[in-house]
Amino acid sequence: MKETEILIVGGGPAGLSAAIEAVKAGAKVLLIDDGLKLGGQLIKQTHKFFGSKEEYAGTRGFKIAEILLSELEKSGDRFEAITNTTVTGYYADDGVFGALTGEEKYFKVKPKKTIVATGAYERTIPVPNCDLPGVYGAGAVQTLMNVYGVKPGERALMVGAGNIGLIVSYQLAQAGVKVQAVVEAMPKIGGYWVHASKIRRIGIPIYTSHTIKEIHGKEYVEGATIVQVNERWEPVEGTEKHIEADLICLAVGLSPLIELLWQAGCEMRYIPELGGYVPVRDREMRTSHPDFYVAGDAAAIEEASTAMIEGKIAGLCAAKSLGYDIPDFEEKFNAFWEQLDSLRKGPVTEKIRQGLPKAIVGEAYRHA
Amino acid sequence: MGGWIKEHPILSFKHGRKVKFYVDGKEYEGYEGEPIAAALHANGIKVYRRSIGLGRPRGFFCAVGKCSSCFMIVNGVPNVRVCITPLREGMRVQTQMGKGEIR
Repeated sequence: MKETEILIVGGGPAGLSAAIEAVKAGAKVLLIDDGLKLGGQLIKQTHKFFGSKEEYAGTRGFKIAEILLSELEKSGDRFEAITNTTVTGYYADDGVFGALTGEEKYFKVKPKKTIVATGAYERTIPVPNCDLPGVYGAGAVQTLMNVYGVKPGERALMVGAGNIGLIVSYQLAQAGVKVQAVVEAMPKIGGYWVHASKIRRIGIPIYTSHTIKEIHGKEYVEGATIVQVNERWEPVEGTEKHIEADLICLAVGLSPLIELLWQAGCEMRYIPELGGYVPVRDREMRTSHPDFYVAGDAAAIEEASTAMIEGKIAGLCAAKSLGYDIPDFEEKFNAFWEQLDSLRKGPVTEKIRQGLPKAIVGEAYRHA
Repeated sequence: MGGWIKEHPILSFKHGRKVKFYVDGKEYEGYEGEPIAAALHANGIKVYRRSIGLGRPRGFFCAVGKCSSCFMIVNGVPNVRVCITPLREGMRVQTQMGKGEIR
């Protein structure tokens, strides 16, 4: 059995940032990630980030991962990371986690505090043949082409014109894949105009008020039929178009990965604006379970920039709860919240601003 | 279909050692330490298993070990998530039929 002061589950932007703050405060951290490399979704992001300077605006995502990892290299023996390992469950009766390296090697972990920074998983859409090989999540497509240099297909259809759909369409073009079209069921493009303009300039059509009606193929994807939808989301007869594609890329949203929080008995609420079930937490990112913190997409589907700051808050506060003396705690804590508030301004984050008050309890959780 | 990206405006790919591996007995090449699924896709292999009830083709989907779509038999072990399992020299990968059987 491995023992540690703070266990961080997930080595993406939230988890790595949490580790940096916790180690800085003096705590001993064990970070476990199921991927082969640390960095989570950051390592597949080739575009330059927006947001604030503190969160590396203007820097490409994979470079941000390198910066965070090089920061952690200075931690000495206070930080250990284990990759290719899935935290499989939490056993509340003795406070122990099970973890599985690869597919065969089990071990147990007993931490004093846990930060759940597990991120999210990709949603799919129910249309005929949506289970065929060639229908992939947008993040999965990024992994293939941006991390491992594999061309994910020859001709692609993108479903969803939020930021992920727009950015990944551009990245597909950069990898030499012909993007036939982007379809978006909403009457307008959901992502930033700058991303939409980039793909329009290279000639990729964006069909708003359109959805995918059917995917074609026997053993794998060979094409799809798209169709216009009316205000009631019903298909408009006679507007069907056939798109030839061997890759259907789904960018239709994400759901928080919260199984460990359920297992720990954390109070959860269904908040559609935040992506589904999320844990109720206070401003320290502490859940209703006194030893469980949360950060990043597991707390609410947002962006890497907000995930990093939430991670810092969780790391700082988890270390403080262990009794570490942090002289500039108040100053740091308030600065992190100011950064969060400023990143959550603007029309694109309106939903988040509506959802968060339902998830955050005003005062710190009063843990007996 | 598929293949490795040779030119990219932003990224340069540093691959590891090239190794041989086998899929249903046939020899292929991929890069050591990278996910088995990356090597499969680069070699144009998209169908990884057959579903339990209807025998439908299943392949890659989430790439983060969550969705269970990419289960294959690797060195005799069924239900291996090939999207997050690193490729090793001489690995024997098989298309999985149904649930797979633990021996």
